[in-house]
Amino acid sequence: MTEPILEVSGLTKFFGAVAASDVLTFAVERGSIHGLIGPNGAGKSTTIAQLSGELRPDAGRIRFAGTDISAWPVHRRAHAGLQRSYQITSLFPDFTAAENVALAVQARQGHSFRFLAPAREIPSLREPALAVLGRLGLAAKADVPASRLGHGEQRQLELAMVLATRPKMLLLDEPTAGMSRTESRRMMGILRPLKGKVTILLVEHDMDVVFALADAITVLVKGKAIITGPPADVRANENVRRAYLGNY
Amino acid sequence: MSAPPRRKQVVNLTGLLVLLALPPAAFALGEPFLISVATRIVIAALAALSLDLILGFGGMVSFGHAAFLGIGAYVVGILAHHDVESTLIPFLPGAWHGSAAALVQWPLAVLAAALFALLTGALCLRTSGVYFIMVTLAFAQMLYHFFVSLPAYGGHDGINLWQRSMVPGVDLSKDWVFYYVCLFILLAALAVFSRIVNSRFGMVLQGCKQNEARLAALGIATGRYKLAAYTLAGAIAGLAGALTANQTEFVGPSLMHWSRSGEILVMLILGGIGTLYGAVAGAATFLALEEILTSLTEHWMLFLGPILVFVVLFARRGIYGWLVGPESGDD
Repeated sequence: MTEPILEVSGLTKFFGAVAASDVLTFAVERGSIHGLIGPNGAGKSTTIAQLSGELRPDAGRIRFAGTDISAWPVHRRAHAGLQRSYQITSLFPDFTAAENVALAVQARQGHSFRFLAPAREIPSLREPALAVLGRLGLAAKADVPASRLGHGEQRQLELAMVLATRPKMLLLDEPTAGMSRTESRRMMGILRPLKGKVTILLVEHDMDVVFALADAITVLVKGKAIITGPPADVRANENVRRAYLGNY
Repeated sequence: MSAPPRRKQVVNLTGLLVLLALPPAAFALGEPFLISVATRIVIAALAALSLDLILGFGGMVSFGHAAFLGIGAYVVGILAHHDVESTLIPFLPGAWHGSAAALVQWPLAVLAAALFALLTGALCLRTSGVYFIMVTLAFAQMLYHFFVSLPAYGGHDGINLWQRSMVPGVDLSKDWVFYYVCLFILLAALAVFSRIVNSRFGMVLQGCKQNEARLAALGIATGRYKLAAYTLAGAIAGLAGALTANQTEFVGPSLMHWSRSGEILVMLILGGIGTLYGAVAGAATFLALEEILTSLTEHWMLFLGPILVFVVLFARRGIYGWLVGPESGDD
C-alpha cells in the first residue's frame, strides 16, 4: 500500500468563470477507501466525470495504475479497470437484474461481436452474474426487470454491475444517495469488505459513512483540494472546519 | 427464463401458413394479381425488418432507409442495363458488361448497400437523436438527387428492366416462383435476426437503446457495435432493393425518395417496433390498406393517418404486440 494507483495532477476545469476543478492535485493509495468530500458545488461529481473520461478537463494529467490515461475515452478507462457508479442510478431498465450484470460480465470478457448464441443461456455470463447478485443480496431479484426494483435495490444492482467487471478501482458517486438508514448501513456492509481488494474513491454526503469507511480523505472547496490526509487529521483541521464541516 | 408464450407461437404459425398458402389461394380465387401484392408485402417486410434491427433494438431512428433500397435496386438495374446493351460499366477497373445473373447482381447489391451504410453510418453515428434523423435523411436525399441527375441511367425516368434476374433452374419470371423466393429470403432473415438480437451482440445493441452512456462506462466501445448493426441493416435493405427492382422490373430515383423512408418507418410503427415479426404485420397492414383504400379514393393517406394515431396511442407495441398480447414481453 505504498504506490498510488491514481494520481491526479493539476486537473483544471472551468465552466465560464466558475472553477469546477482548480489545479486539483491528489493521489489515491492502492487498496484504500479514499473519501472525497466538500460542500455543494465543490466539484466532486465533476472530478469523478473527469476521472471516468466523460468530461474533458481544460488541463491536467491523470495517471492510473502507472499509465497516463488523460487522453483515453470512457470505455477504455473502464476496460482498464477504472469503473464508476452514478449519483443518479444508471441501469438498463428493461433488462432483468441478471441481464444487467451479465452485460457487465460481457464487457469484461472482451469484444461482443458474437452474433448467434443466445446470451441469456451462456453459463460464463449468467453464472458470474448470479454470483455477484448473490453476494449483494439480490439473488431473489435476479429475474426481475431493473425498472421494477426498489430504489435501494437499484443502487445495489448498479454496484453489482460495476463489481462484475472486476474493477481495479471504483469511483462511487454518493452510493447511499436517497437510501434509508437501513439500506445505507447495508451498503456500508458491502463496501467495507472491499477494502484492500478494490481501491475506492468515495464521494459521499453522509459524513458518518465517510468517516467510518475512509482510510484517507480529500476535502474539496471550489475545485481545490484544501487537505488530503487520514480522517483524524481532516476532522481536526481548522480550514476544513471553517470551510465545510462547521457544525459537524 | 419462462417457457415461451404459446399465443405468440400460434400467431407466428398462422402468419407463416397464410404466407405459404397465398399463391395457391390466389389461383383458386382466380385473382393471381394478389401474388404480386403479396410479393410487395414480403419485400417491404424485409426492408422494415432491417430497420427494426437498428431502430427497435439499437434505438437509431434512421430516416434514410430508402437509400439502401435504392442502391440495391440500382445495382441490379445498372448491371442488367449494361448486360442488355452490351456496353461497358463506367468508372470500374477492367472491362465488364454487367450481368443478368441473380447470383452476381444480388450479392453486389447487398455489398454496395452495406458499403454505403458503413461509410455514411460512420459519420451519422457521430450524432444522435434528432440530428441522427436529419443526417440520415440528408444522405438519402443526396443520393436521390444524384440519381435524378444521372442521365446515363435514365435520370428521373429510371431504368426499365427487360427481365428479372436469372437463377439457374429457377424461373423468376413466374410471379409465384418469385414470391416464394422472396418469402424464403424473408424467413431466413427473420430467423437470423431473432438469433442476433438475443446474442451478445444483440444485448449490447439493446443496451445502446436503453442506456448507451452506461455501456461505455462499463467498458464497451458502443460506436463500433452500432456501426456494425447499421451496416447489417443497410445490407439487408439493399437486398430488399434488389428484390424490389425484380418485382417491378423498373428502377428509378423515386425508390429512394424520403417519403419511401417514411413509409418503411410507418410500417414498422404500425406493426410494432422492436418485435421483428411486427415488420411483417406492419408491411402487410400498410400495403393491404393501400390496396383497398386506393380503390376507393386517391387520398388514402387521409384514412391511414387516424389508424396510425390509434395504433400509437393504444397499442404501444403495434399490431403484432396487440396480437401476441402483453405477456410476450421482449423477445
